[in-house]
Amino acid sequence: MVPLAPTTEVPLVEMRDISIAFGGIRAVDDASIDLYPGEVVALLGHNGAGKSTLIKILSGAYKRDSGAILVNGAEVAINSPRDAKQYGIETIYQTLALADNVDAAANLFLGRELMTSWGTLDDVAMEAEARKVMGRLNPRFQRFKDPVARLSGGQRQSVAIARAILFNARILIMDEPTAALGPQETAQVGELVKQLKSEGIGIFLISHDIHDVFDLADRVCVMKNGQVVGTAKTTDVTQDEVLGMIILGKCPPGAIPGPGAMKAAA
Amino acid sequence: MTDITTTPVDRARASELGPFARFLKATELDVRMLGMLAALAIIWVGLHFLSGGLFLTPRNLWNLSVQSASVAIMATGMVLVIVTRNIDLSVGSILGFSGMVMGVMQAQWLPQYLGIPLGSHWLWIIALCSGLIVGTAIGALQGYVIAYMGVPAFIVTLGGLLIWRGGAWWLTSGQTVAPMDETYRLMGGGPEGSIGATWSWIVAVIACLGVIWLLRSARTQRKRFHFPLRPVWAEVFLGAVACLVILGAVLVANSYGWPIGIVRRYAQENGITLPEGGLFIAHGIAIPVLMAVAVGIVMTFLTRRTRFGRYVFAIGGNPEAAALAGIATRWVTMKIFMLMGLLAAIGAAISSARLNASTNALGTLDELLVIAAAVIGGTSLAGGAGTVLGAMLGALLMQSLQSGMVLLGIDTPLQNIIVGFVLVLAVWLDTMYRKRV
Ligand SMILES: Nc1ncnc2c1ncn2[C@@H]1O[C@H](COP(=O)(O)OP(=O)(O)OP(=O)(O)O)[C@@H](O)[C@H]1O
Ligand SMILES: [Mg+2]
Repeated sequence: MVPLAPTTEVPLVEMRDISIAFGGIRAVDDASIDLYPGEVVALLGHNGAGKSTLIKILSGAYKRDSGAILVNGAEVAINSPRDAKQYGIETIYQTLALADNVDAAANLFLGRELMTSWGTLDDVAMEAEARKVMGRLNPRFQRFKDPVARLSGGQRQSVAIARAILFNARILIMDEPTAALGPQETAQVGELVKQLKSEGIGIFLISHDIHDVFDLADRVCVMKNGQVVGTAKTTDVTQDEVLGMIILGKCPPGAIPGPGAMKAAA
Repeated sequence: MTDITTTPVDRARASELGPFARFLKATELDVRMLGMLAALAIIWVGLHFLSGGLFLTPRNLWNLSVQSASVAIMATGMVLVIVTRNIDLSVGSILGFSGMVMGVMQAQWLPQYLGIPLGSHWLWIIALCSGLIVGTAIGALQGYVIAYMGVPAFIVTLGGLLIWRGGAWWLTSGQTVAPMDETYRLMGGGPEGSIGATWSWIVAVIACLGVIWLLRSARTQRKRFHFPLRPVWAEVFLGAVACLVILGAVLVANSYGWPIGIVRRYAQENGITLPEGGLFIAHGIAIPVLMAVAVGIVMTFLTRRTRFGRYVFAIGGNPEAAALAGIATRWVTMKIFMLMGLLAAIGAAISSARLNASTNALGTLDELLVIAAAVIGGTSLAGGAGTVLGAMLGALLMQSLQSGMVLLGIDTPLQNIIVGFVLVLAVWLDTMYRKRV
């Protein structure tokens, strides 16, 4: 397959021929996808197409049945969320994956707590960091003492996003990050994506909002029934063509077809 | 364009606060905990009047504190178990088994097989340590089956309830082991197993200084990061109340004198001539109570200030999220059950020392008291919520009811009926309260 980005560069991450089945369902079937530094790749597809499952394999939440994951050109073993984080892969899950009964700061640092020199939790330092990063994302947010169960859907989403950007990710996975956000907060996340991109971070963005995708993404990758229909630069295809890929699995001339592309000539 | 540089704070308009609500907000006190203290106060005063003034006496309160110690210690561990949506039905049997191990060790095995003479310090040290190790090992075994083999905690510990009770019987073919080592017996309380007036006051002063130090260091920490602070009057109020409670408790413990018979024997042994009107020797704080307080402090520290505690609550709130955050959830679960086993063994040491014997029935039905204490103390069976202090107060509340009913001469069946009602009532009130918050 010919890479779309400059060939001299090694992809930040590459997933090759990934498959996973749950019981009899092939949730992801022979899918390949790559991502370059400073690039935003949007993953599109109907509900149940396998987008979340594919990226959960990258984030270490699921173990693939077959296929390989390469980071900076070298094959890596990602068997747990901890492994993924070690490679700088941070994830905003569609379900947010927050511990509802502890506060925002505790969630941001879950699994990577700041400790005092006595070896105890440094809650004040964590709250201070939390205030900083939340200020960047959602300056109205003030409820640092409440368990996140008491926050609104959008506030919870802000916490999940803050957690992903707190630890200097190199690869960021965003699974419908703005589904619950208001217009102002959505715009803020858009700005954030652009800023992170300019810092050289690679981003997988899953979204159903095709306008957002064309605004933010460099490439789109469309999935259908667990297979990749095709991959295209956003400059090479129209929004209608992408919709055709999502709904019919029809791969337009501007895109590189994948295993899931409709076989008969259109 | 509207001015977006001044970002308004994102919250609903604060409702008007009454004086009591303002007081709560300033002191950051937990309403639920206050409710429990109020319930405890009502029960105490009620029993005092019903018993014709027998309940709120130094003697009764001191006994109450000793009787609550073992269950209170185990309840602190049950909090962690229940917070992670598990249950441990085997604590009473683990208590029985490890108590039996400690008993046979000091009374039979060590003197007979290792030739350690009776009265040697090694006797109680080795016996105690082996009991604690056995308790922890049982917890580890059960925790492993629960966490790594995926058998539900309810089933594993139900099995444990039968297995360890049966195991305890096997150790001595059902025979009671007695007496216990002299030093070992100090863990059971009694006139000897108490630290006396002077040491009690020293402990009280250290505790008060500790409270003040905690409040101050929390304040300086928050100042360092310019976080909102509690008003000074609220800090002073909290510190003063805590110190008064500590000093009051010690005053009560120091007002309970040794029984005349023991004073007379003590005087004879030490060559003191008894003055006219007798000699007053105060009990002071009982050693099992000190142990319970120490366990409470350690467990509070563990749950609030360490990674382990944070993970326990995160797992309780959302196990999947905890796993996705990279927490080794199974290992944490196994550690919780190990801790529970260790605490049950500490409870065993106290119970067997108090009884001056290890019997096959030691700790029977304790699992129910422990679970009830944790639940009355605000531990949610849905997981994710609970406090160590609450569970210990829950244990005290249960024990108050039971000793009170004994004082009133109520028959055992009726006692059980009342305790059963109180348990359901307490959890119902808690459910109502949680719905409103
Ligand atoms: N843990 C699981 N166990 C069994 N089946 C699963 C599991 N996770 C996903 N699936 C199945 O795999 C398929 C792909 O699901 P996935 O969540 O990846 O879809 P998606 O593309 O993210 O959809 P959406 O847009 O609705 O988020 C679905 O058919 C789903 O039912
Ligand atoms: Mg999804």
